[in-house]
Amino acid sequence: MFRRGWFLPIAAALGFTFLYAPIVSLVIFSFNENRLVTVWSGFSFKWYGELFRDPQMLNAAWLSLQIAALSASIALVLGTLAAVALVRFRRFRGRTLFSGMVSAPLVMPDVITGLALLLLFVAMESFIGWPRGRGMLTIVIAHSTFCMAYVCVVVQSRLSDFDRSLEEAAMDLGASPVRTFFDITLPIIAPALVSGWLLGFTLSLDDLVIASFVSGPGSSTLPMVIFSKVKLGVSPDVNALATIIIGIVATGVLIATIIQLRTKPKKARA
Amino acid sequence: MTATHDPTIPPPRRLKPWNAVERGLAKVGISGRMLVLFAPALWLLIFFLVPLAVVFGISLATKQFGRPPYSALLSTEDGTVQLTLHLSNYIRIFTDNLYVAAYLSSIRIAAISTVITLLVGYPMAYAIARADDRWRNILLMLVILPFFTSFLLRVYALTGFMRGNGVINQLLGLFGIEPLVMMQTDFAVYVGIVYTYLPFMILPLYTTLVKLDVSLFEASADLGGRPMRTFLSITLPLSLPGIIAGSMLVFIPAIGEFVIPSLLGGPETLMIGRVLWDEFFTAANWPRAAAVAVAMLVVVVVPIMLMQRAQSAVVEK
Amino acid sequence: MAKKPQQLAVDTRPWRDTANHKPFVRIKNVTKKFGDVSAVNDVSLDIYRSELFCLLGGSGSGKSTLLRMLAGFETPTSGTIEIDGQDMTNVAPYNRPVNMMFQSYALFPHMSVEQNIAYGLKRDHLPKGEIADRVAELLSLVKLQDYGRRRPHQLSGGQRQRVALARALAKRPKLLLLDEPLGALDKKLREETQFELVKIQESLGVTFIVVTHDQEEAMTLATRIGVMNQGEIAMIGEPTDIYEFPNSRFVANFIGSANMVEGVVTEDEPGHVRIRSAELGCDIYVGHGVDCAPDQLLWWAIRPEKMSLSREKPEALHDANVTSGVVEEIAYLGDISLYQVALESGKRIRVSQTNSVRGNPDAITWEEKVYITWGDSSGSVLTV
Repeated sequence: MFRRGWFLPIAAALGFTFLYAPIVSLVIFSFNENRLVTVWSGFSFKWYGELFRDPQMLNAAWLSLQIAALSASIALVLGTLAAVALVRFRRFRGRTLFSGMVSAPLVMPDVITGLALLLLFVAMESFIGWPRGRGMLTIVIAHSTFCMAYVCVVVQSRLSDFDRSLEEAAMDLGASPVRTFFDITLPIIAPALVSGWLLGFTLSLDDLVIASFVSGPGSSTLPMVIFSKVKLGVSPDVNALATIIIGIVATGVLIATIIQLRTKPKKARA
Repeated sequence: MTATHDPTIPPPRRLKPWNAVERGLAKVGISGRMLVLFAPALWLLIFFLVPLAVVFGISLATKQFGRPPYSALLSTEDGTVQLTLHLSNYIRIFTDNLYVAAYLSSIRIAAISTVITLLVGYPMAYAIARADDRWRNILLMLVILPFFTSFLLRVYALTGFMRGNGVINQLLGLFGIEPLVMMQTDFAVYVGIVYTYLPFMILPLYTTLVKLDVSLFEASADLGGRPMRTFLSITLPLSLPGIIAGSMLVFIPAIGEFVIPSLLGGPETLMIGRVLWDEFFTAANWPRAAAVAVAMLVVVVVPIMLMQRAQSAVVEK
Repeated sequence: MAKKPQQLAVDTRPWRDTANHKPFVRIKNVTKKFGDVSAVNDVSLDIYRSELFCLLGGSGSGKSTLLRMLAGFETPTSGTIEIDGQDMTNVAPYNRPVNMMFQSYALFPHMSVEQNIAYGLKRDHLPKGEIADRVAELLSLVKLQDYGRRRPHQLSGGQRQRVALARALAKRPKLLLLDEPLGALDKKLREETQFELVKIQESLGVTFIVVTHDQEEAMTLATRIGVMNQGEIAMIGEPTDIYEFPNSRFVANFIGSANMVEGVVTEDEPGHVRIRSAELGCDIYVGHGVDCAPDQLLWWAIRPEKMSLSREKPEALHDANVTSGVVEEIAYLGDISLYQVALESGKRIRVSQTNSVRGNPDAITWEEKVYITWGDSSGSVLTV
């Protein structure tokens, strides 16, 4: 072991520097006055102002947020049901196929998922006339499908730790199965549901590839707009946007960690 | 003590709305279990399994102009249904050097990046696992945090770092070193993959390493194992499941990566995800793109199966 | 530790007078199969009102499955369960007049102690005031008046156990099922809690069915014990019956410790039986009739404290019940000493002796040749 050695701390420090240096420089240069992202010429909020005056960016952001919220919610319901089925129903016909279908989107390359869903939507439109065209609806369907896999994994792990005798105790005290689910099961797995939803929300907000395939004209999501800007070259307003997103995420993760640290000793004993 | 019925015990309650609903459904052969299973199964069937079948079907068509831009597999001629399958896309993929090279180079880039990620991530995971409790949570959070920030924006952050007049070259300039060309090279793609997928490597490694019993190391040291020996004969083999899981989580998505090669790689950086994208968006050849996807699926599924087998073998041990 | 003084009227033990008492819980030919494995196999059992009945058995003996069927969490594959004259076999757990105290306590972690106790009462839609009164009453019953607002994770193991008990008693069930109620407590706390549990049970008059793997616990708590083995009831009886008059080799070995030897019946009279045992190296004279046949192979079991050791050969009545061997091991336990004596046949017999003389310098010691003797009704003749 390297317990008292120098190797581990230095390796870890270098690793974290590697992880954070690009992000830190990105944040710093978002306050740069100069159009050239990497040449510092003075502190300014100029690019933030520009960002909030860019209708394309704002529309895309609003669309992405709506899609993310919707997809995460659909994925939460479907993923939770799938997790319940996988954890609680020991044996049923087609179990292997079902668990394979649930977890496959986790490893499926985005380009394949995107292409496959697009081809499906095109084929469906020509056969049954639905969905008519592509846009927000098709993106939501696509995102729900792959987010569902992540929700399922998160909820599944919480459910398999779940002490079944808690539910039995509730039923023993006169609660019907439905009542038991809402009184006992739901509050106890709620943290997993929240993190499942947040995970789905983030993944949907982040997706470029799948959305590019299944979106239609006029429904460009935020990553699509960012990608086209970045493709063309330097874009200080993207730095500003990134800083805002990083700020929100960092705050969120920080709060979540603090809450978790506070409740952890309780969980361990209860 | 008489045998009369105790009045304090209520008779079993049977009339509850959901009981009635449940019974009604049970009569037609639908149980609550089936309803729970039904929604996700149906959704996955329509939006996961069927699309893959559609991809396979269209990969057997040819490009044509019109909407949709591929030939129909089924056609009716003189009242009979005809099935027309074309293998031309697959023949093209296996004979055209572009595709073969793209597959091989995807695997090579993904494999090299995975090894580098492992080498970078292992000491980090080990350091976190051995850190004391207070630090451990903070360090873990620092690993997870980038995962929640946009993937695209992190790749973008790298471009700012590595471009010709980027941060690294400016730092090098301070020491009077000539600027390096990093962007638009395979090197940049390696850095990009390592950078973005590092958390996926560290987390499973950490989970296995933190579970290792400290007394194992003490026992090894007690029996005269020097630190390096202990590491090679105890820690490394016991963390194998984490190594396999982490490598799988990096290698498999890296094969199909599109954003990193297209933002960081040069025109000669061939990766299959990018080829598929260009085939679809630039050449508008949907059947060819579908065939590329099917071939790619095979390339991805094989390592998944191999690694799952390896992992279950390790677990059995 | 005897829990029912002998002078109590015989009618407090309704199982001794089945003609005049109707069982409160009737388990009739209940079988439970999981796949091809039967966890409970054709069990029939009558339990009377206000009993404290212990189901005792090792892991996998089917005792917990039987309890879960009483609670309604499992449905019998065949057979019926009647509680207070009503068929409960297929009634859902939430519709049964039965409550259970879980081994893990199963306290709802997101509810306070009060909310946990009130949960069952709320399901019955009792008025708020009544619920509050009942909760207060239960908290004082289990001596947790000041802990009502705490969460389960803020309580010690013993306190949690008492909350679980209070919650299970809240609905005034006529039958309370307890799954290893003391299993999670440490030894000292367990002994204190045992008596408290019995006190509460007697004061409320509730029928208790307790599942346990701890024979000492079963002996202390129970009015009657049902010993379970491989899904079947091996024996039902009062603690003294189970210990002193086991009906099978399994029960004799499972409860306490017993010396067991094989023998062949040589004399089979209505008033006595003689068994020849090569293992023991002598005849066994049993002073009462046994349902057996001459030349039948059977087993004879005797508890270590029912035999005595001596250096001199004691007088052998009926030319039996005396054998000899060499002291091999001695375990000094303070109040008693346990001797392991090797007989000529190689068979080892354990005999316990009370250490009635303080620091006895003349005590029997290692390698000494000793005689073992016992009374003619000290052992049990077992045919199965």
